[in-house]
Amino acid sequence: MKWGVVVFPGSNCDHDAYDALSRLLGQEVKYVWHQDRNIADLDAVLLPGGFSYGDYLRAGAIARFSDIMDEVVTFAHEGGTVIGICNGFQVLTEAGLLPGALIRNTSLRFICEDVPIRVEHTDCRFSASCSTGDVLKIPIAHNEGNYVLNDTELEDILAKGQVLFRYCSPGGEINDQNNPNGSLHSIAGVINESGNVLGMMPHPERRCDPILGSTDGRKIFDSVIKWVENNGKR
Amino acid sequence: MIVIVEIMPKPGILDPQGKAVNQALHQLGYNEVNEVKVGKIIRLDIDETDHETAIAKAEDMAVRLLHNPNVESFRVVLPEEIDNTVEEKLQ
Repeated sequence: MKWGVVVFPGSNCDHDAYDALSRLLGQEVKYVWHQDRNIADLDAVLLPGGFSYGDYLRAGAIARFSDIMDEVVTFAHEGGTVIGICNGFQVLTEAGLLPGALIRNTSLRFICEDVPIRVEHTDCRFSASCSTGDVLKIPIAHNEGNYVLNDTELEDILAKGQVLFRYCSPGGEINDQNNPNGSLHSIAGVINESGNVLGMMPHPERRCDPILGSTDGRKIFDSVIKWVENNGKR
Repeated sequence: MIVIVEIMPKPGILDPQGKAVNQALHQLGYNEVNEVKVGKIIRLDIDETDHETAIAKAEDMAVRLLHNPNVESFRVVLPEEIDNTVEEKLQ
């Protein structure tokens, strides 16, 4: 399958994502510049981490109006696979493709560390290669990862199975001590209602190479690859 | 003409910055402070002479880009409606 890694001014995890997908997972990958509009040839689009437009105004707020995002929104509405990691997640919430918003960590600190996250269900293209309750160890690196949305919306996304990953203890328990950034309901990753768009703060692309100590991140990409093999692009 | 967009965290939305500033003020002895909210002020110089049109345009900008309705509320004011000292400092 063919992946596109979007490059905004200020993206800095684009090369990591490209390397993980191409060298480690054997995928066909191309960079997509933020002013490009041609993504018709892609099976999946990845919005990488970084600091697009310097995080000015709000993280992701300006990137969301770039040319490529018009195309990504259309691509997503047509059922195409879209993954936003870290800043990519922030861009997807700003673009309205995912619910909620990401505000400053409650600690007011940039946090860069390995965290365990729990897979809440496997009934979507991003987690089919995992088991429900699996604990993946994947690093976070962010200042604005504190996921918020209102009570009604929380009930709604829980009911629809849109909460895919939650911060947890190494043993898989959800509690405040193991919620690194103050996210509501310990939410680390959400999908859209139709299940083709994923946003997550942890960086799976950084845990694909065994030399880095864990390949837990592969499970997410593997899930997508298998899903596209079986179901086609959409 | 100058138009000011004031953006504040919505009630109920955790404001970590406001909380930290509140703690710092308490450390300085200002225990009378109950709560601090930190927002932002965006000052727009709009090529427009009519107040109402300028405000309407600024509101449109706030809705589309300047604020995030999930976590922030906003209001548009003309400089004379807010404390003049703020405007002077911005010059």
